[in-house]
Amino acid sequence: MADGTAKPLPPSRPEFERTLPPLGAVGDVARPLTAFEKLTNLASARRIFLLLILAAIWQAYGAWLSNPLIFPPFTDVADALWDSILRRGLLWRAWASIAVLAKGYVIGVVLALVITALAVSTRVGSDLLSTLTAMFNPLPAIALLPIALLWFGLGETSLVFVLVHSVLWPLALNTHAGFTAVSDTLRMAGRNYGLTGIPYVIRILIPAAFPSILAGLKIAWAFAWRTLIAAELVFGVSSRSGGLGWFIFENRNELNIPEVFAGLVMVILIGLAVEAVVFRAVEARTVRRWGMQR
Amino acid sequence: MLLGPSGCGKSSLLKSVGGFLKPVEGEIRLSGAEVDGPGPDRMMVFQEFDQLPPWKTVKENVMFPLTASGKLRRREAEDRARSYIAKVGLERFADVHPHMLSGGMKQRVAIARALAMEPAILLMDEPFAALDALTRRKMQEELLALWEEARFTVLFVTHSIEEAIVVGSRILVMSPHPGRVKAELDADGFDHRSVGGEKFQKLQTRIHDMLFADRIESHG
Repeated sequence: MADGTAKPLPPSRPEFERTLPPLGAVGDVARPLTAFEKLTNLASARRIFLLLILAAIWQAYGAWLSNPLIFPPFTDVADALWDSILRRGLLWRAWASIAVLAKGYVIGVVLALVITALAVSTRVGSDLLSTLTAMFNPLPAIALLPIALLWFGLGETSLVFVLVHSVLWPLALNTHAGFTAVSDTLRMAGRNYGLTGIPYVIRILIPAAFPSILAGLKIAWAFAWRTLIAAELVFGVSSRSGGLGWFIFENRNELNIPEVFAGLVMVILIGLAVEAVVFRAVEARTVRRWGMQR
Repeated sequence: MLLGPSGCGKSSLLKSVGGFLKPVEGEIRLSGAEVDGPGPDRMMVFQEFDQLPPWKTVKENVMFPLTASGKLRRREAEDRARSYIAKVGLERFADVHPHMLSGGMKQRVAIARALAMEPAILLMDEPFAALDALTRRKMQEELLALWEEARFTVLFVTHSIEEAIVVGSRILVMSPHPGRVKAELDADGFDHRSVGGEKFQKLQTRIHDMLFADRIESHG
């Protein structure tokens, strides 16, 4: 010690051992949230607030521009929307679109699942899937419309055809990626139960890959919705009750610009509703509950 | 009890018994019947925590192999699942999804799931290796208690000498590159209280020397 080179030892402290008192008096330290905190914790409340701000900016810009042929203010569009719903059957138009969309979507989803199930069970299937997705995924569905019209004529079948194309490839790609990412341990556990073939895919692979499948379903939904509206701009679902895209096209021809915007708002509202209500509910009930997604 | 350094093929041997790997030569027989492919008569407990399907609750997880293999119907499977969950002390967590459980609890569920099938042989692939030391010791004790009660056959892979002696009754010591069985030792009658005892130390040193000798050979 005296030479100053020795390293200092940690100081020794007295030992102690105590019997812990039972909790109770200080055990519970929860504080109720204030009303403002509760409101700002609601995702939907925050979203609606944002939408209101965007609407206000729109209104201000429209009023400043004061050229309703180019950019009608928000209130005009809201009026036109209300009017279209009440008197021009906008909701029926939307329903016509959604009905066609549902057909194409369901067929596309089933096909995607069948193809990916083939792809995970055989090597040829896997090669086929990767080749097909590489070829067709970058191909815009709307580019197939002329051919579809040639094959199936001017009608619902052509629309369903392009919808299936827009749903099938992104979903197949995501589902396949999800299947290949399922851990070996979980696969072995499933095979340990004696599961093989289709039951194995349904009871192990699909739920285990569900986060990817759900992401694929969301992407496919967005692709399908925009493809449908674009296709309807070319022609309606049928001569009498064209869909939303046709509604937009008709009104543009008649220079009813607020109605055109009302049609667009409807497209957006339906998109938001599906995302916020349908997919959110599915997420809350599945991947969030299972702790596979935060 | 399969004991050996990493790379000596303990897990491969276990997986072959499980039917996940096919032997290139020879065959594996369980009570006279050849093993070809995985089956619910040989339930496996893995080291990894993600062996439990996360989309099923604890109870559903234990029921899953019972119903999937067609061994029991739903109602009976549920009763049996309840009794085995109680055996591993997780009654309070029966309706919880696995992501809410700690590592030790997940392994308990995996053990309950395997035992509920009442398999001909229980295969355990380093089931406690990913647990902390305190939990590991507790789980070893619990496994021994369950064994005392039901006396099932276990094939257990480990790389811990202490675990092999405490949990196992017969130890196969394996040597690596290529994997061969070097010795079969008797380790009956040891438990956690005998750790540090003279007989225990002797056996431990013997196994240690065997494994250590390998290393000198392979490096020298």
